[in-house]
Amino acid sequence: MTLRNRWRKILSYLMLGLTGVCAVVAVVMLFLILGYLVFNGWRSVDWDFVTKLPKPPGEVGGGMGNAIVGSLQIVLLAALIGLPVGFLAGVYLAEYGGHTFAFLVRYMADLLNGIPSIVIGIFAWTVVVVPLHHFSALAGGMALAVMLIPITARSTEQFLVSVPQTLREGALALGASQWKAIATVVVPAAYRGIATGMILGVARIAGETAPLLFTSLNNQFWSAGFSQPTASLPVMIFTYATSPYQDWHRQAWAAGMVLLTLVLIANVAARLILSRGISVQR
Amino acid sequence: MTMSTANLPSANSAAGKTGEALCKLKTVNLNFYYGAYQALHGINLAIPCNRITALIGPSGCGKSTFLRTLNRISETIRNTRVEGEVLLDDENVLEVDVTALRRRVGMVFQKSNPFPKSIFDNVAYGLKVNGFSGSLQEAVERSLQRAALWEEVKDKLHKSAYAISGGQQQRLCIARALAVDPEVLLLDEPCSALDPIATAKIEDLLFTLKDQCTIVIVTHNMQQAARVADRTGFFLLGKLIEYNTTEIIFKTPARQETEDYITGRFG
Repeated sequence: MTLRNRWRKILSYLMLGLTGVCAVVAVVMLFLILGYLVFNGWRSVDWDFVTKLPKPPGEVGGGMGNAIVGSLQIVLLAALIGLPVGFLAGVYLAEYGGHTFAFLVRYMADLLNGIPSIVIGIFAWTVVVVPLHHFSALAGGMALAVMLIPITARSTEQFLVSVPQTLREGALALGASQWKAIATVVVPAAYRGIATGMILGVARIAGETAPLLFTSLNNQFWSAGFSQPTASLPVMIFTYATSPYQDWHRQAWAAGMVLLTLVLIANVAARLILSRGISVQR
Repeated sequence: MTMSTANLPSANSAAGKTGEALCKLKTVNLNFYYGAYQALHGINLAIPCNRITALIGPSGCGKSTFLRTLNRISETIRNTRVEGEVLLDDENVLEVDVTALRRRVGMVFQKSNPFPKSIFDNVAYGLKVNGFSGSLQEAVERSLQRAALWEEVKDKLHKSAYAISGGQQQRLCIARALAVDPEVLLLDEPCSALDPIATAKIEDLLFTLKDQCTIVIVTHNMQQAARVADRTGFFLLGKLIEYNTTEIIFKTPARQETEDYITGRFG
């Protein structure tokens, strides 16, 4: 009996230790990446870097102002298309979806989520770049939107499903139509989670490189509009990091840090805004 | 069905408290199915106007299911089916616009379910979705007063509805239901999560409300039925076993099952 108890105790400690170590490994990876990025990047991030255009190869200095603006442009476009479509699809799945059709849509969304991003790049190249005869910010935004839709739809659905059924019934019992109940009670009850999912989705696509290589391509100058090739931070990082120039490597680190900072700022700002209001009591 | 069927004493009979009450809501051969499972078997029941009708019975007997067919909130559960008629003022509710029906037949749920909004917005909700055009301020105050909650919350109308106690939240839900002036108020075990003091407040409230609307209350608590109801219906296994004035149900029930339940031999 005592032996058995001792063994149980040992096993319990063992498992606690194992899970703890894995948790630490997961967090350490994040901090290693962040630390390495900041260590290599912070000295190169200055006013010139965020406002100037890139210099030709061989010349030292210049910046990535065009890529920062370009990334914002492309991600904004992707968000404008992907978030509403994904959100409404998520509402459908959670609130209206029947059995078979909703199952199919959910399954397809998960499949779409798992498609390698480079394939999505090729897809956008085929349906946008080829017909328009142009690499463009539009094509890049579309490619990223295709990635954002399933992410948003699934996270929206999950947060809506977790809203207690009694709230829906409460609204319906007062004579609200189903749409009204969803718009005025169910979605507001879940909006914090939904919005967080959206932010994470946007952060995720903001760092995607592969879909942009075939779509928005790159540009040494300020973008001339959504129909023109446009520089973006991930593609710049890719190009600069794989170049043979020392100064470009330095700038690639800086670009990585700027991208990270932008995502972080958006994240923190959104969370601050979302922390207001009344959340659901369970 | 052999029970003392639902036919209410109409104007000429004088059956105790329910005396001259007219029939407000009536079900005719009502069957209800969850998929293939039949939860209600041919319920015939007439609910008198401006009276409190209690529905009692053990868990799973169908009393809540029955209540939920009256405002068709049962339709929110997929794969369910209703047969028979539910008549509100002789109009079949299965054929009227469901949002209009629910405005006329309000509901309060077992667990208080205030929306994640302010106290004011909770009460104003039903008014807003029904396109109310008068003064929201006045309507909200009147509803909170009718629910005997005004004095307790008048200084925190714009605070979260979750900031008040459970009993107050349940009265808030009653105020919310009253705001749209329903003709019928359905209560599904409204006091099951409340302490005796909060329960007493809600029961007092029901007495004051019955002048203005018809009340149907599902309850697990037989003493509660005995205290508040004019008429009581006893459900068992999806059937209405007996329905009569509360006095008769509790003192001289006609059916053995009713007596067994009332005296605590089961359930």
